[in-house]
Amino acid sequence: MNYFPDEVIEHVFDFVTSHKDRHSISLVCKSWFKIERYSRQNVFIGNCYAINPERLLRRFPCFKSLTLKGKPHFADFNLVPHGWGGFVQPWIEALARSRVGLEELRLKRMVVTDESLELLSRSFVNFKSLVLVSCEGFSTDGLASIASNCRHLQDLDLQENEIDDHRGQWLSCFPETYTSLVTLNFACLEGETNLVALERLVARSPNLRSLKLNRAVPLDALARLMACAPQIVDLGVGSYEDEQDSESCLKLQAAIRKCTSLRSLSGFLEAAPHCLSAFHPVCHNLTSLNLSYAAEIHGSHLIKLIEHCKKLQRLWILDSIGDKGLEVVASTCKELQELRVFPTDLQGGGNTAVTEDGLVAISAGCPKLHSILYFCQQMTNAALITVAKNCPNFIRFRLCILEPHKPDHVTSQPLDEGFGAIVQACKNLKRLSVSGLLTDQVFLYIGMYATELEMLSIAFAGDTDKGMLYVLNGCKKMRKLEIRDSPFGDAALLADVNKYETMRSLWMSSCEVTLGGCKRLARKAPWLNVEIINENDNNRMEENGYEGRQKVDKLYLYRTVVGTRVDAPPFVWIL
Amino acid sequence: MSPEEELQSNGSVASSTRNIVGVLKEHNYLGLSDCSSVGSSNLSGLADDDKATISLKATELTLGLPGSQSPARDTELNLLGPAKLDEKPFFPLLPSKDEMCSSSSHKNIASGNKRGFSDTMDKVPLYTEKNWMFPEAVVATQSVIKKEVAQNLPKGKLSTTNNSSSPPAAKAQIVGWPPVRSYRKNTLATTCKNSDEVDGKPGSGPLFVKVSMDGAPYLRKVDLRSYTNYGELSAALEKMFTTFTLGQCGTSGATGKDVRNETKLKDLLNGKDYVLTYEDKDGDWMLVGDFSWEIFIGVCKKLKIMKGCDAIGLGMFCFLLVMPLKSLV
Repeated sequence: MNYFPDEVIEHVFDFVTSHKDRHSISLVCKSWFKIERYSRQNVFIGNCYAINPERLLRRFPCFKSLTLKGKPHFADFNLVPHGWGGFVQPWIEALARSRVGLEELRLKRMVVTDESLELLSRSFVNFKSLVLVSCEGFSTDGLASIASNCRHLQDLDLQENEIDDHRGQWLSCFPETYTSLVTLNFACLEGETNLVALERLVARSPNLRSLKLNRAVPLDALARLMACAPQIVDLGVGSYEDEQDSESCLKLQAAIRKCTSLRSLSGFLEAAPHCLSAFHPVCHNLTSLNLSYAAEIHGSHLIKLIEHCKKLQRLWILDSIGDKGLEVVASTCKELQELRVFPTDLQGGGNTAVTEDGLVAISAGCPKLHSILYFCQQMTNAALITVAKNCPNFIRFRLCILEPHKPDHVTSQPLDEGFGAIVQACKNLKRLSVSGLLTDQVFLYIGMYATELEMLSIAFAGDTDKGMLYVLNGCKKMRKLEIRDSPFGDAALLADVNKYETMRSLWMSSCEVTLGGCKRLARKAPWLNVEIINENDNNRMEENGYEGRQKVDKLYLYRTVVGTRVDAPPFVWIL
Repeated sequence: MSPEEELQSNGSVASSTRNIVGVLKEHNYLGLSDCSSVGSSNLSGLADDDKATISLKATELTLGLPGSQSPARDTELNLLGPAKLDEKPFFPLLPSKDEMCSSSSHKNIASGNKRGFSDTMDKVPLYTEKNWMFPEAVVATQSVIKKEVAQNLPKGKLSTTNNSSSPPAAKAQIVGWPPVRSYRKNTLATTCKNSDEVDGKPGSGPLFVKVSMDGAPYLRKVDLRSYTNYGELSAALEKMFTTFTLGQCGTSGATGKDVRNETKLKDLLNGKDYVLTYEDKDGDWMLVGDFSWEIFIGVCKKLKIMKGCDAIGLGMFCFLLVMPLKSLV
């Protein structure tokens, strides 16, 4: 390959898009490293504290798209206190100072401010795509800056963020000349929407493919919007209440019929069940359906809708669908690849929840299923073993039994054998979440069989340090390990310090790890940031003498090439 | 038994004294929740230091009432033993740690949630006034419990997001469990709240109403939204109250399942002992069956299974929903 001019090699590299592959080719030789560097378009940084913007720019001066992830995953469940970190501001400042022609920014679990958004909107002329997932810290004023200044914006995709809604006129900030919108998702905004501005925007956006509305967009407005955008592929319905106005309903039905490109449906935040039938004509084309926020819709209506969706590949639903509903899914949706069943009743004890029977039915009926997230009240080893036999193709298997420590409800045994069957059968398993009553045995199985496992979530499981050791020793490809409320301590933590260099991060909360243990780890591994998050009195942990026994609330450690971060709040102690 | 049923059961026993009902419920919430809730932090044995630390923290934060002690869990503690009420931790940090950690008690855990009604019933008569906490304190401590349970985090972002619209749960809340994004929790909670505020429109989430029956010692609760017609409700009530003899009610040949046809059942009045009535928003007691199902669930506040003779005054015909009872007796 050295006989080819660089441009040719670069052209070949254009076809190599996955981050892993790009990383691999950069390791081949110096010349390839250089070519790859300058031609890299998309950079993915899984932990924003593993590297800093300056080093990023030194390595990749020409990238166009940046993905950054901030807080650890358990931050989604309120386990990481407010103010922990993950600020995007320094990144945007650094990128703005450099000449990089940023076109796309994708952030997950980061703190974004209006100031950051304003700076972003003014600094990159060709900025096209902003995707914010589970972020916080900004308001609709920031959105107004984006709307006003990003003349070539195509995507504004806000997924499940906490946005301060000032009920401003951010939608009207898109200039009248602006016509390049492709994706608009503001479902997470709580406040009122300027419907007139929205309709005009949609009307002048011929390229609009994805539109996800918020709660404040009522039925009649929806009808008008869909009439303006029959080319829509992905629709998120906001408020879908049963207006007595049948004319609106008719208009909606007429509009829906024209949306022959519609493939993905979501939303229904406030929906009366009878209205779902308006969508039946397009169901046969749907590949993705997200009804997981449609708490108002009774299982029977969900089932009626799903019966029409024979091509469904992705389904997110609430457990109100029940086992019977899942049987309908299993018999109808033969193309199903991803299923998520969320709990309606977060306390447990609901009488419409799903059980192991639903899971077994799905596994039997959907041969292409590879990803599942399943919240349920109860499970058995037998069911899991059956599921494993039916579906050896799982890539992601996340099972959450709502009651911690719950054993097999038939045999009262731990669920070790069930999960063991899953990891043994599913050779490509990359992500696993376990729950229920589990002993060290399940981790022995995981260590032995889950060779491809990259992410493991453990809660209320295990008996001794051996459990964690099995995993650390066995899972060679482990990248993210997150553990809560499990009896793993210093012995497991310190057994193989070098293991953490091969991983992105480790989270341990309410375990048996002590301050002394963490300090020893930090000493042995200077290339790790070992963070102790302690919301109690800030410096009580420093009292010496008790370190050996003083348990650490929350431990978060991650490899980094840039040392201790400077933006840590007082309750985070970096050893 | 579901938590709702347990709460209701306790309430009805001492129904004569409203105070007692209210406090009793809440007391049992604390008591019951200890077992049924999930142990939060350290499940294996804690070092004594930590226990002491935790106790210390507990007293820092609790609204301790005279007589209530700091939570030192005793494995032998009988949660419902009234004699030990004074020693019982009202603010358990580690609600069922001791039960959880020993493997032999796994079975307890499995059944821990489902506290037999008989357990609670036995203890009720022994509760005395002085062992009860004031409702306000109880409510406050419930929220304190939430914080306590949260792994020694006295403050911090303990979820206002968790179940913001739900009534006091039978279990104490653990921070971050179940692992559902707070965004999702908030959104669903808002949906529940919004729909309940809007009159007459189908709401979200469960709609629990109490069901009492003449002669039965305790109430039940049913979620009206889990049924789509009167027939399903009838069948469910039938199942629930089968432990009480409902009299010699023959069968008309119609099963409870296909009861939607009111006219058929109007004819079943004579000879049947019980009828189903409900209390509507205005506080009036009405016969079930006059309205369509959708309207009914919008106005029904309580259900009552009355003896037929008592119900005569309610109307010319009764809609028998506690039928057929051929499976009983």
